[in-house]
Amino acid sequence: MAGREWIGTSGAGAGPAARGRASEAPARTLALGWMLMTYLDHAATTPMLEEALEAYAATAREVGNPSSLHAAGRCARRRVEESRERIAAVLGARPSEVVFTGGGTESDNLAVKGIFWARRAADPGRIRVVASAVEHHAVLDSVEWLATRDGATASWLPVDQAGRLDPDRLAAELDAHAGEVALVTAMWANNEVGTVQPIAALAEVAAAYGIPFHTDAVQAVGQVPVDFAASGVAALTVTGHKLGGPVGVGALLLGRDVGCTPVLHGGGQERDVRSGTLDAAGIVAFAVAVEAAVKAQQEYAARVAALRDDLVARVRQAVPEAVYNGDPADRLPGNAHFSFPGCEGDALLMLLDAQGIACSTGSACSAGVAQPSHVLLAMGADDDRARSSLRFSLGHTSTAEDVAALVAALPAVVERARRAGAVKSTRS
Amino acid sequence: MRVLAAMSGGVDSAVAAARAVEAGHDVTGVHLALARNPQTYRTGARGCCTLEDSRDARRAADVLGIPFYVWDLADRFHEDVVETFVAEYAAGRTPNPCLRCNEKIKFAAVLDRAVALGFDAVVTGHHARLGPDGLLRRSVDLGKDQSYVLAVLTREQLDRSIFPLGDSTKAQVREEAARRGLAVADKPDSHDICFIADGDTRGFLADKLGEAPGEIVDARTGAVVGAHSGAYAYTVGQRKGLSLGVPAPDGKPRYVLSITPKTNTVTVGPAEALEVSTVAGERPVWTGGPRPTAALDCEVQLRAHGQVVPANVRLDGAGLRAELREPVRGVAAGQAIVVYRPDPGGDVVLGSATISAAA
Ligand SMILES: Cc1ncc(COP(=O)(O)O)c(C=O)c1O
Repeated sequence: MAGREWIGTSGAGAGPAARGRASEAPARTLALGWMLMTYLDHAATTPMLEEALEAYAATAREVGNPSSLHAAGRCARRRVEESRERIAAVLGARPSEVVFTGGGTESDNLAVKGIFWARRAADPGRIRVVASAVEHHAVLDSVEWLATRDGATASWLPVDQAGRLDPDRLAAELDAHAGEVALVTAMWANNEVGTVQPIAALAEVAAAYGIPFHTDAVQAVGQVPVDFAASGVAALTVTGHKLGGPVGVGALLLGRDVGCTPVLHGGGQERDVRSGTLDAAGIVAFAVAVEAAVKAQQEYAARVAALRDDLVARVRQAVPEAVYNGDPADRLPGNAHFSFPGCEGDALLMLLDAQGIACSTGSACSAGVAQPSHVLLAMGADDDRARSSLRFSLGHTSTAEDVAALVAALPAVVERARRAGAVKSTRS
Repeated sequence: MRVLAAMSGGVDSAVAAARAVEAGHDVTGVHLALARNPQTYRTGARGCCTLEDSRDARRAADVLGIPFYVWDLADRFHEDVVETFVAEYAAGRTPNPCLRCNEKIKFAAVLDRAVALGFDAVVTGHHARLGPDGLLRRSVDLGKDQSYVLAVLTREQLDRSIFPLGDSTKAQVREEAARRGLAVADKPDSHDICFIADGDTRGFLADKLGEAPGEIVDARTGAVVGAHSGAYAYTVGQRKGLSLGVPAPDGKPRYVLSITPKTNTVTVGPAEALEVSTVAGERPVWTGGPRPTAALDCEVQLRAHGQVVPANVRLDGAGLRAELREPVRGVAAGQAIVVYRPDPGGDVVLGSATISAAA
C-alpha cells in the first residue's frame, strides 16, 4: 500500500509510515494529517490556531443572526462588534473601517471594482486602474474584467528582477495620466516570491495625486508589521486562513471617506457596502487569529525567518544550481522560492508529495494545470525558469525537522525531475 | 510496481486504476489535460478533455485513495494528434486520432515522462488483454475490443503497459464501478472524436482547411458528376452526402473510390469498384513474435470495428503487404491494417501498419 493517499482518507492508515514518519493510528492521521507530513505550503493556507478553533466552535454553538433585534441577535451582534474592534485595534484602523467579507478574493473584488465604480461615477473621466503586474489573480482578474467588460483602461506597473515596485515609476504613471486614474492597487507582499513592497512610499505617491490606493495584504498580516492608518492606504485586504483563522472569512479595511460601490447587493449589513448575513463564528475566530498573529508577529518573524534562512542555505548547498527568486532582504519571513533549472515544477511537486512533502508551484487553474507564473515572467524570467520554480512557505507550525526532511529529499528529487525534463525536451 | 494510471474521467480507466491498486501496485492517478480550450471538447467515458472529466477522474482517485495530478499535454496533443489529423485529411487519407493518441501521447509522451519520474508502467482502461506472455489480445468483450487502436504500440511500449480490463465485459466493468462506489459507473460511452465538440468532422475540417471547391468525377465515364467544397471532407467508401447532379448510367448508388489532393478531385463509382484484395502498409510494427521472414496466413482488420478477413501477409523492407482471401470494400489510406492470429484465448495482435495503398 505504499504511496496510498492518506490525508483525509479513512482507512488508508499505512500512509505516514510510507512517507517516512513514525506510524500513527489511522484516526490521528485523519485529523492531524498536516502534522505527520512536511507541510511547506503555509502561504496557500495555514493550520488554524487552537484558540481560533475553540472560539469558532463556541460561537457556532450559539444561535442568533447579528441583524436580529432580539436577545439572541444582540448576542451575535456583540460578538461581531467585539471582533471588529479587536481587528481594528491591532491593524491600526477604526472599527467602522472594518468591512467583513467572505475572504481575500471577495475583498479584492470589492476594493478594485467598488472603488473604481464609485470614482468613475463621481468623475466620468476616471477610467484608468493602475495595478502592479504581480498581483494575485483576485486583483489581476478583477482589473482585467473591468478593462475588457467595463470600459476601464489598465496600466500595469512593472517590477524589477526581485519583484519590487518603484514609487518613482508610479509617480511617472500618475503624472502621465493625472486626471484619468480612478484607483491604484498594489499588494503589500507577493504570495509567490514573497517580495514585500514599499507600500507607504507607494501610497504616499497616490495620495499626492488624490487617488485612492488599495493594497492586498493577505500575505503580509502577521508576517510583517501592518498598520492601516500609518501606511496611508485607502483600502486593505486581509483574510483569515493565511494567519490561523478559518477559510471563507476576511475583511476589507476601507477608509471612512473612501467611496465604494457594492458588488454584492442585499441587506446592506456591512456599511451598505457588503451584504449577507454575518458569519459570527467565522468572524470571531478570524479576530482571534488576527489578534494572535499580529501580537506574535515580531517573535514569529524572527523564528521563521531563521528557519527559512537555514532552509535556503541548505537547499543551495544541496542543489548548487538552484536559483533563489525574489528579494533577499525585503521578503516575507516564511517564503523561500527557487527555480531548479532543467526541472519542471510539476514534476518536483509530485515527487516531493510522494515523500510526504507539500509545497507549491504557484498558481493553478481550475483543471489543475499549472501555468507559467505571471509573477516570475514579470520579474524577467523566461518560460523555462518560470515553469521550473517551486515555493516553500513556512509558518507557525514549522520546525527544523521540516527543513531537514526537505533537504534530505531534495537532491534525489531534483536529479530525477531533471532527467524527466531532459526526456521531454528531446522527444518534442 | 510503481504505476501511473491514466485516468480520463471515464468508468474504464477508473476501474483499471482500482484493479491496479488491488493488485498491490503503488498507483498514482494522472488526468491528461489535452484541450487547449476545455470548453470545446466533448465529455464522455472516452473523451478525456473537459473540466467535468477532470473532476470525475479526481473523484475516482479520491475513492481509490491514490494521489492524483493533472498533466498538461495540450500542446503535444495539438501538435501530434489534432494537427496530424487535419494534415492527413488534407492529404486525402482517413486518420484514426485515437490510435495516434495512443502512439504519440499515452504510450509515448506520458509513458516516457512516467518512466523518467520513476514509474515502472502505465495503466489504462483500454479493453484489450496483455498477459504475462507479452502478447496483445482482443478483449473478451468483442464489442468493446480496443486492440485495434493499441496495435501501433511497439514491444518497448507494451512492456511498460498494463491493461487490467481485458478479461471483463463492459457490463462487468460498470457493475464493478458501481460496487466500488465510483460515481462514473453509468457515465455514457463516447464514440466521437474528443476534440470535435459537436461531432461535425466536416465542419471542423472546413474550419481548419478552408473551402477548396473541386470536382466529383465518375471513375468509369470520366465525366464530372458533381462538385464539392473540399476533397478532405470525403472518405473512401462514403455514399451519403455526395449530392451528385448526374445520375449513374445504371441507376445504382455510387461511392467515393478515391481522393486525389493534387487535383482536388473526388472520384466516385459503383460498389464493386470499392473492392480491394491487396493492401499495402507502411511503418510496420511487429509485436506478436519474431518478424516473419516468409508469407504468413492470418487475419487482418482494416478499420476500427471493421470486419476481419483472412489474408496472407508479408513483411518486405520497410513495408507490409496483405493479399486478402476475400475482397473488402471501403479501405481507406491512413487507417491501420492490424494483423491477428486467431486464438481461442483471444485473437493475438501480431503487428500493424498504416495503410498506404489498396487495390
Ligand atoms: C495575495 C493573495 N490575495 C488574495 C488571496 C485570496 O484570498 P482568499 O483565499 O481568502 O480568497 C490569496 C490567497 O490565495 C493571496 O495569497
